[in-house]
Amino acid sequence: MPEFSRDDAQFRSQIRDWLAENCPAEMQGRGSHDGFSESDICWGGKRFKFTSDAQRAWMENAAAAGLTVPTWPVEYGGAGLSRAQQKIWMAELARIGAKLPLQSFGIWMLGPALLAFGTEEQKRHFLPQIARGEIRWCQGYSEPGAGSDLASVQTRGEDRGDHWLVNGQKIWTSYADQADWIFALVRTDREAPKHLGISFMLIDMESAGVSTRPIRLISGKSPFCETFFDNVEVPKSYGAGIPAIVGEVNRGWDVAKHLLTHEREMIGSGSRGPLGGRSVGKLLNDDESVAADPVLRAEAMRYEVDAMAVGLTLERYKDMAGAGVPIGNASSMLKYQGTELNKRGYELLMALGGSDAVEWDSPHGELASEWLRTKANSIEGGTSEVMLDIIAKRVLELPAK
Amino acid sequence: MESLILNEDETMLRDAARGFLDAAAPVSAFRKVRDAGSGFDRGLWAEMAQMGWAGVLVPEEHGGADMGHRAAGILAGEMGVTLAASPFISTAVIAATTLRERAGAQGARAADALKGIASGELIYALAIDEGPKFAPERVAMAAAPAGNGYALSGRKGFVAEGAAADRLLVLARTGGAPGEAEGLTLFDIEAGRAGIARERIDSVDGRDFARFAFDGVEATGDDVVGEPGGGLEALRTGLRAGQAALAAELGGLSAGAFAMTAGYLKERKQFGRLIGTFQALQHRAAHMWSEIEVTASAIANAGRMLDARPDEAEVAVSLAKARATDTAKLVVSEGVQMHGGIGMTDEFDMGFYMKRARVGAEWLGDYTYHAAIVARARGF
Repeated sequence: MPEFSRDDAQFRSQIRDWLAENCPAEMQGRGSHDGFSESDICWGGKRFKFTSDAQRAWMENAAAAGLTVPTWPVEYGGAGLSRAQQKIWMAELARIGAKLPLQSFGIWMLGPALLAFGTEEQKRHFLPQIARGEIRWCQGYSEPGAGSDLASVQTRGEDRGDHWLVNGQKIWTSYADQADWIFALVRTDREAPKHLGISFMLIDMESAGVSTRPIRLISGKSPFCETFFDNVEVPKSYGAGIPAIVGEVNRGWDVAKHLLTHEREMIGSGSRGPLGGRSVGKLLNDDESVAADPVLRAEAMRYEVDAMAVGLTLERYKDMAGAGVPIGNASSMLKYQGTELNKRGYELLMALGGSDAVEWDSPHGELASEWLRTKANSIEGGTSEVMLDIIAKRVLELPAK
Repeated sequence: MESLILNEDETMLRDAARGFLDAAAPVSAFRKVRDAGSGFDRGLWAEMAQMGWAGVLVPEEHGGADMGHRAAGILAGEMGVTLAASPFISTAVIAATTLRERAGAQGARAADALKGIASGELIYALAIDEGPKFAPERVAMAAAPAGNGYALSGRKGFVAEGAAADRLLVLARTGGAPGEAEGLTLFDIEAGRAGIARERIDSVDGRDFARFAFDGVEATGDDVVGEPGGGLEALRTGLRAGQAALAAELGGLSAGAFAMTAGYLKERKQFGRLIGTFQALQHRAAHMWSEIEVTASAIANAGRMLDARPDEAEVAVSLAKARATDTAKLVVSEGVQMHGGIGMTDEFDMGFYMKRARVGAEWLGDYTYHAAIVARARGF
């Protein structure tokens, strides 16, 4: 495990040296512009099949240095980097065109929730497994009857002494069929008001009674599943000081809310750059009849102006977070702006691509499938309408009645 | 790169500016200026100069506070919140930025001008426009050779602070043809020079604008700022600084108009309920706020780029001006609509915001002008 300097300039040169030694050449020069596909992402987990030895080596080398989760504390598998150092790390990755060594819901969502709400033993048990890419997590939030109204979840966990007996159904569980564990919102008190009877429960997907079924989407892809719990016995404890529930029993809504703000920042920021690395200008210039269309040009101009401004807003909010200014409900603004912009961008790309773009396998790659996928951006993680509600009520403090 | 959020000094500057303007230049003060037809309040400008605002971009050796473009943006933004009228952008930003680059080469004269700007005694105006749209390359005003110098003839319109200006920065043509960037020369001349006729414009925003007719106005080589034929070059940074400050003013204007509207949603009752409880209005208010936030980032970035890399600031500045123009239009339109009938009355302040937003949209380049610069940088 390298000792990283606290000095930014020294740190940058350390990272450069470390990358030269540890990032395989095959994993460099893979900027988002060319040949990007979802299969390039290293998700980790027991069932994950590396696309190459280089992909495996890149993940393992990064994990050994704590750089799969650079800002997490060293004792939990991270590198303990500051926000400023993380920025440098990301910039250096971009400089050599390297992808993140590991991405997962464990890193984006469960990890931050455990860091904020977990017991010391829970952190020491679960976080390093996430950092090393050993366990892939999925998120069990939405249900058929609980979408925007998430707090009305009905999946129930009955107290059976040494275990919880879980029954119910989750939906829109991303990659549940490939996940090892699930963090789920489970109703553990049916008498309490709806926000106060939910627990945040960690469940092994290999438990008897858990099953999944992929959902085919309009994009032709199946990134989401239905997940069923049929008399699943979830032990109350996975070891001394490692309860199956994160935070207090029946106070899972607090954890869920905290985690949703992380999810919203993530969806708002887009994990692979705007428009999958495509250039509006290039599509516009590639065809004469497209380039000569004044209305398309005007739409493209407006898109570029807004895209740059939203990008700067993400940067500004990162600067705020880095300076310790709480972002809180403003993450709803980032999610709203980011997802609406992304949808607009893909509509524009489809219009620029014209009839070429309506083929599943087109000169623009899987553009049509990606375009259709973006329609979920403003639904998942809280709809745009819910985001506007949150801004109106929590940020602007407009009256409820 | 520098952070996009305010540091401690900048936060103090903003709070001090806000405190001062709330007391000395609330919107009610602008109403008096509007009613009097005076364009701006010279007493207020003198006070601003006392606090170092007029010299915000003037080097300390010439009597300024030299606080940089981020600071200028903060001040312009706070003035926008209360619609404080002043020659800040034309004099303290555009002229000061343009002339400070000359203080070395064109020595004493530029130094004197900077001293006058910082003290608040000298008011500068920028005369470029000749048609309804900002387009420096289209300038036709002739600066024909005459004797050892030039004779300027032609017309200028939409000159901010033109009525009060002591001196003018005038863009005129010493060569080339309208539509060409070459052959433009920048002159720095007193507004009362023989052959200049000045006429006040009755602008909807109640601010100081004037149009000028030049009839064989004599200018010497000493009056040229920068090189003959290098007028756009000489103006480049000053113009960008002005556009960034105007974007910041429009950002502040948006915040001010939005605060009024959000406040109204919390107090106005119809159908027995506060209108702010209606989801149709809540969502529009939330959308407006989020647009203001996004625009604020572009404005902060423009100031940051002007301070750190002025030669590469063009796109950042145009992005800020385009976004600020668009956001201000949204906020003032929704502001009037959400206020209902009272928003249409002159007695109520919202109309001032709407009219200033429209004038600000046109001054120094409209949305399309600046969006096209962004698009060019993005390859089309």
